[in-house]
Amino acid sequence: MAAVMPAPAQSRLLLSGNEAVARAVWESGVRVAAAYPGTPSTEMLEVISTYPDIYSEWSVNEKVSLEVSIGAAFAGSRAFCCMKHVGMNVASDALMTLTLTGVVGGLVIAIADDVGLSSSQNEQDSRYWGRFAHLPVFEPADSQEAYDMTKAAYDFSEKHQVPVILRMTTRINHVKALVTVGERVPHAATGFKKDTARWVMTPAGAGKRIPLMFERDKALRAEAEISPLNVIDTGRDKRVGFVSSGPAWMHVRESYPDAPTLKLGLSCPVPIEKIRAFAATVDKLVVVEEVEPLVETELKAAGIACYGKDILPRQGELAPNVLKPAVAGLLGEPVPENLTPVAKVFPRPPTMCVACPHLGVYYTLAQLKNITISGDIGCYTLGAGHPWNALDTTISMGASMGIALGLDKGRSEADANNRILAVIGDSTFLHMGMQGLLDIVYNKGNVTVLLLDNRAVGMTGGQDNPGNGRDIHGDPAPRVDFAKLVESLGVKKERIHVVDPYQLPVLFKTIREEIKIPEVSVIITDQPCVLIDDYKKQKPYEVIDDKCTGCGNCVDVGCPAIHVMRREKVIKPSGKEVELQFVQIETSACTGCTLCVQPCAPGAIVHADTTKPIRLIRH
Amino acid sequence: MEKNVTNILVVGIGGQGVMTATEILAEAAIALGQDVKKTEVAGMAQRGGVVSSHLRFGPKVLSPQIMAGTADLLLAFESAEALRWCHYLKPGGLVLMNTAKLVPPVVNIGLYDYPDDPVAEIRARGYPVRAFDAMEIAMNLGEVKLGNTVMLGALGDHLPFPAEVLLDAIVKRFSAKKPALVELNRKAFEAGRAAAKAAGQEAVAA
Ligand SMILES: Cc1ncc(C[n+]2csc(CCOP(=O)(O)OP(=O)(O)O)c2C)c(N)n1
Ligand code: SF4
Ligand code: SF4
Ligand code: SF4
Repeated sequence: MAAVMPAPAQSRLLLSGNEAVARAVWESGVRVAAAYPGTPSTEMLEVISTYPDIYSEWSVNEKVSLEVSIGAAFAGSRAFCCMKHVGMNVASDALMTLTLTGVVGGLVIAIADDVGLSSSQNEQDSRYWGRFAHLPVFEPADSQEAYDMTKAAYDFSEKHQVPVILRMTTRINHVKALVTVGERVPHAATGFKKDTARWVMTPAGAGKRIPLMFERDKALRAEAEISPLNVIDTGRDKRVGFVSSGPAWMHVRESYPDAPTLKLGLSCPVPIEKIRAFAATVDKLVVVEEVEPLVETELKAAGIACYGKDILPRQGELAPNVLKPAVAGLLGEPVPENLTPVAKVFPRPPTMCVACPHLGVYYTLAQLKNITISGDIGCYTLGAGHPWNALDTTISMGASMGIALGLDKGRSEADANNRILAVIGDSTFLHMGMQGLLDIVYNKGNVTVLLLDNRAVGMTGGQDNPGNGRDIHGDPAPRVDFAKLVESLGVKKERIHVVDPYQLPVLFKTIREEIKIPEVSVIITDQPCVLIDDYKKQKPYEVIDDKCTGCGNCVDVGCPAIHVMRREKVIKPSGKEVELQFVQIETSACTGCTLCVQPCAPGAIVHADTTKPIRLIRH
Repeated sequence: MEKNVTNILVVGIGGQGVMTATEILAEAAIALGQDVKKTEVAGMAQRGGVVSSHLRFGPKVLSPQIMAGTADLLLAFESAEALRWCHYLKPGGLVLMNTAKLVPPVVNIGLYDYPDDPVAEIRARGYPVRAFDAMEIAMNLGEVKLGNTVMLGALGDHLPFPAEVLLDAIVKRFSAKKPALVELNRKAFEAGRAAAKAAGQEAVAA
């Protein structure tokens, strides 16, 4: 990460798309950059934060990060904001009016679409925002283009006084490729100039700005028609021509090196006339775009015949293995065999870390009956999986609160005695959960909230946040007191508990008591994510074989350091068949959290001999 | 796919150092003036998930992704992962693999089985395999973390460029970060190289 910063101009570096954008942001003279973490966008701001001449911040959510960037751009500074695709859903309220005011200092908003769903709750196409908000969309195809287009986007943004959306996908954000970098050109802020008609969007003010937005649309369309970012490669084999953008274009070139292509770098507004002329040079036209048929639909509306989502999937990446069979069919060529795995191998779903503080919470929840658990987004979403199966819903960040209240108010007669719980992480609570909790309190809901404060944004790599008292540089910052915060939202003091999630009996007792009380309670857990410096390892444990009865209690904790070495079926005196599980602990991984020790009745789990670490790698 | 592009697939599980190994390989190719692209499919990798890292290098690389059936080499840090990904190899493509078996929780709790003999299963599908215990080799050198360099060493004699170029990339990285470990890494590299060679002879004999 650090290597991006000092590298001199003209260096050729192996950079991810995220690193390339960060370098370009710095070179463009940006002064303010803000974001909320989210895969695959996170590293952009992480790298930017290493440049001392840019003010950078982790904002509490994407909407605030966009607002901070807007303010800076109003003051005539160049500004940058980035987020994962779903982040723009949160920020869009600001975006939809920002398009009316426009900006003074250049503003680039990088949105990372998780095409292929490597780690997201849905798959969205952020190019829609360009249409919805009348904003230009730039689409790089690799790291060098991400770098070049970011720089071009700042000039474009200032020329048209319009924010520019840089649409990226996982296959750019996280791909490393060679980039030739340049030098930083500082840009002084021009200063905020009061102009009520432009900056204060009342109905009357906005009404006057809308026609200006339409004027700008015309200018942008004209730009798109002549933009050097929209490149034609005439090709030799005219049977099919491709209109494509982003990494999909790379896949097209890879699969059909001789075919004519029109690559859209400035893809919104679509350069209709340029494409019409291109279409006339080929027999068939195929639009290859990830994910939705946006360009395709616009071409068809303009009377340009083309293929698109009728032959290509509307989900996931359009890699050569998808593209080739689809286009072969169109050309009447034999469809190449799509090679699939030769062997069925077990899946490896992501697991919680060894000794994760969430383990104790889910171990406890798994033992409670007649409960419904409204979940949220973070590492703790994994509680829905084995061995806990203790999370019933997940929609979007912060949604656990409102959904829990809805489950409470909308319950059926049959569910009258069902208890509703909500589970939410610290970062998610501060992002969008607070308002939902206030709603539960205000509307007298009956929900037990588990606020899992692990002092980090664990899911995205342990970033700092207002809950842990450190800013983006790791420097001290004011720290939220969660107990005081929820009390001031109106939760009764006696219904607020701060509990150590490694103390299983206390945790169990607290949750069981609170779910019986028909009003809102908040149980806050207070142990750090094991990935951050606050976490302190303890002496590891091991299993004494002779003492292990195979009861499997420790396996139910779900710690990945516990391995079942042998299974045995036995018939109990009651006639019931049970399977015993005899275990071992990988002592080289165990950090001594005691979670598995507590439910081991025979006392088979004891401190390990650290001079002889056990590694349970089999051969 | 263009000609003159070498496709290497490096696979394993989160935390094994797959991405770092691929990055060092990429640096070696860059040192030779090649165009390089490296991409991962690593959904939530730090939590024990599958990691597959694609490295493509040559005069000019377009798509960063290796198509199934076209990889020149498969470097696998874990046995079941070698089996999972071997269909990415071109017919007859070579598998260099660690014999370690890292058993995931879903197997632990009895939901799935771990394949009995991944090496035999891969061979049965017609791919030559060189299997060795990278972990043990590393431990014999006194440091588990050297396993990564052992794996790279195994690749040394199968690249379209001399093994020394890769070794230089490793040395360069450690000289900058941990100079004390340079010598150990040299040894680990040579040990990996020797292990792959020995595994090749065994395979012929068997
Ligand atoms: C709108 C939105 N922004 C960002 C993300 C990415 N993301 C997923 S979970 C998460 C936060 C997790 O932190 P926390 O709630 O503290 O839980 P932890 O992972 O630490 O257990 C983030 C940023 C997202 N899914 N949706
Ligand atoms: S990253 Fe932190 S919160 Fe997430 S599973 Fe690991 S320990 Fe738990
Ligand atoms: S809880 Fe104790 S007795 Fe039961 S399986 Fe685990 S180690 Fe054995
Ligand atoms: S004490 Fe038990 S639960 Fe805790 S880290 Fe060690 S093996 Fe895992």
